[in-house]
Amino acid sequence: MNETARMTAEKHRDYTGSKIGMWLFLSTEVFLFVGPFLLYAVYRYRYPTDFHNAAAGLNLVLGILNTVILLTSSLTMALSIASVKKGNKKLSMLFLMLTILFGIVFLANKYVEWGAKIEHGIYPNSAALLKHSNGEIIFYGLYFFATGLHGLHILAGVILLSVMAVLIAKGKIDPSDFIKLENSGLYWHLVDIVWIYLFPLFYLIR
Amino acid sequence: MDNTLPSGSVHGASFYEERGHYRGILSWILSTDHKRIGILYLCSVLTLFGAGVLLGFLMRLELITRGPTIMGPQTYNEIFTLHGVIMLFLFLIPATPGVFGNFFLPILIGAKDVAFPRLNLLSWWVYMAGAVLAITSLFTGNGPPDTGWTFYVPYSLRTGTNVPLAVFSIFVLGFSSILTGINFVTTVHRLRAPGMGWLRMPLFVWTLYATSWLQILATPVIGVTFLLVIAERVFGIGIFDPAKGGDPLLYQHLFWIYSHPAVYIMILPGMGIISEIIPVFSRKVIFGYKAVAYSSIGIASVGSLVWGHHMFVSGYSYTAGVLFSFFTFLVAIPSAIKVYNWVATLYKGSIRVDTPFLFALAFLVQFSIGGLSGLILGALSLNVFLHDTYFVPAHFHYIKFGGGGFAFFAGLHYWFPKMFGKLYNKKIANYALLISFIGFNTLYFPMFLLGLEGMPRRYYDYLPRFQPLQVVSIVGSWILVLGLILMFGNLIRALFKGEKASANPWGGATLEWQTPSPPPAENFEKIPVIEHGPYKYR
Amino acid sequence: MDRKEDSAHIVVQYRAYAIVWIILLALTWLTVTISGVRIGGVTIFFPLLIASVKATMVLSFFMHLKYEKGLFKLIILIMLVIFLVLICLVFSDVGYR
Repeated sequence: MNETARMTAEKHRDYTGSKIGMWLFLSTEVFLFVGPFLLYAVYRYRYPTDFHNAAAGLNLVLGILNTVILLTSSLTMALSIASVKKGNKKLSMLFLMLTILFGIVFLANKYVEWGAKIEHGIYPNSAALLKHSNGEIIFYGLYFFATGLHGLHILAGVILLSVMAVLIAKGKIDPSDFIKLENSGLYWHLVDIVWIYLFPLFYLIR
Repeated sequence: MDNTLPSGSVHGASFYEERGHYRGILSWILSTDHKRIGILYLCSVLTLFGAGVLLGFLMRLELITRGPTIMGPQTYNEIFTLHGVIMLFLFLIPATPGVFGNFFLPILIGAKDVAFPRLNLLSWWVYMAGAVLAITSLFTGNGPPDTGWTFYVPYSLRTGTNVPLAVFSIFVLGFSSILTGINFVTTVHRLRAPGMGWLRMPLFVWTLYATSWLQILATPVIGVTFLLVIAERVFGIGIFDPAKGGDPLLYQHLFWIYSHPAVYIMILPGMGIISEIIPVFSRKVIFGYKAVAYSSIGIASVGSLVWGHHMFVSGYSYTAGVLFSFFTFLVAIPSAIKVYNWVATLYKGSIRVDTPFLFALAFLVQFSIGGLSGLILGALSLNVFLHDTYFVPAHFHYIKFGGGGFAFFAGLHYWFPKMFGKLYNKKIANYALLISFIGFNTLYFPMFLLGLEGMPRRYYDYLPRFQPLQVVSIVGSWILVLGLILMFGNLIRALFKGEKASANPWGGATLEWQTPSPPPAENFEKIPVIEHGPYKYR
Repeated sequence: MDRKEDSAHIVVQYRAYAIVWIILLALTWLTVTISGVRIGGVTIFFPLLIASVKATMVLSFFMHLKYEKGLFKLIILIMLVIFLVLICLVFSDVGYR
């Protein structure tokens, strides 16, 4: 096979290339969260007691529930890709729909959790929060910022996966070309990993 | 190497004549051809460069007398902020990767295009969106930001000016930069022509590769920092607000974690251009190819560890100061390796004194002055004395403008015949360079002296004893602007009236010179097979 | 010519995924249970360790890193090193101020 044809073929469907691109993008996502994590480390170091007290105010049950939901959604995501590779379109669609559903349930949960906090007057710059100590104000500032940013990523993921569902339905994702679904899956798993760290850092300060 | 390839018109159509899906302006702004995107970037960044020059010119002019001359203090603060934002985020960061990277990276490695052509077009659109947002921020809210380009908290949280939109525009521009970075890294990994091993890549490609990693890894940090500033202003989350227990110094840390590597995003590709020009006009293989190639990676890595030298007098810990000062001295080593290797390349070469070569020499002089003055600033004890004086802007203008900017001009004069298929008037170009060089040094060298005497930067007014040197510097800005007008006037004239350029007017050995000027849409008639290193002279 | 030298053809069995999932849930239970344990006066050690084990499992199995070429592992390594360096340098300020 001559080289020109190889280059052309690679340009049109470079499976590894697409995946390199995706992993590079994921590393930018990681560094987006590095900022909040760095700030968290510094402020927890500076205000250990305040962080301890403030964390007690978070709803641990909802936190655990959301962790389980996201871990399960990662499982269904991986299963969806595996089914596509095996050529089982229906099963793949089912797993993808489940993943999207879990994403939406996660957001709903988050809504309830934030709603309860806001109802108690605990939100950035609220009069009730400003009465707390500096460390607690910072804790909640970081909490709302980090979980908010993470929530936006879940939302983006839900939209992305919905687009993938349409592509599967149209037959544009099949056993011979599934890189789009696989890359979307990588994104979804990364958002899960971010939550794996956020959960103990905010909910489990004992 | 044969230097007598036919020009574009003989051998099929150039990429300008290529018929795509669209006609007219759409054939440009919707094109995924890396060469067209390069030209789009060229037009955009030069327009904004013009705006930045104008602002800098006005800023200098204001200082010709003490007290108000042509504007009030608030306007002055806004103008130096805008000058910084435009020159850094809208010109220097996207300029060399966006223009020459897009146009030449695929050609230099023997590929037909970048790895993700549509993403490439998107990056230009996102850049334009960022530029439009930045300009919108001037006319909405309570006027343009007056914080300086660094947007330091807590002032940026308190000022009534339009900080949120301005930092959001930089957040958007960051996306464009990231997309370019991802594209280039993937392209270098996947699309090198057969036989082009890593150590056969032209040095410009090496610098772009190192720069792209910086763009990918550093940009998100400033993105999230600016999101925090926005969240602070909109919701008052308190993370940087001392009144709520926040620590403003952490903002400075996060800001410089990106913004110092950003300096290398601006200068590294420029160094790559110089590494291309010097061997060609010395007719000699570059001295120490591997050292120059790896020093790009070295600069990118060590350069990411020196951000704290912007904070020596901020009141952070002495331990950090010592560490950051040490790393600052360390980063001088890979930069010096490059300079020494360029000079060693000249030694016993058959030097052809031509326009691009002269630009490269101007770069060498100015970059060396800038780099050495950086070492002075990197010394802890001296920095206490020089911090926030004119010495600092003098230093970084020598690096960014005298280095990065002049390297960009050098690249423009080196690759102009290839990009447009036209030759410019070399004599006028040489004069333009001479005038710009004199203007540049008259403008910025007095700033070193003013800084040593204690003139603080960003001040609207000054003591009478500073006036003579201020006036010298301001006259320098006029000379510089004259030189720039002549330089670009000459190039624009060449676009319309220039002689046709041959495929290889400089006798270059890298791949771009082995395809017609301007290149055909597919870059090469047939993908080249590489059998030797990039600079095949003696 | 088949250049799929990577994970494209690897199909992990459904059962393997399920086992990973069960371990992840078990680790979550574990981290909640022992979150109060102190190592050298701080409680952050075990939660971070367990989170990292979980993240590694997601990376290796769900994200197929286990089957990928060196470059992908290198990207992860670079990120990890840079993050540690950033933490160290920032704490050279914060810790000694």
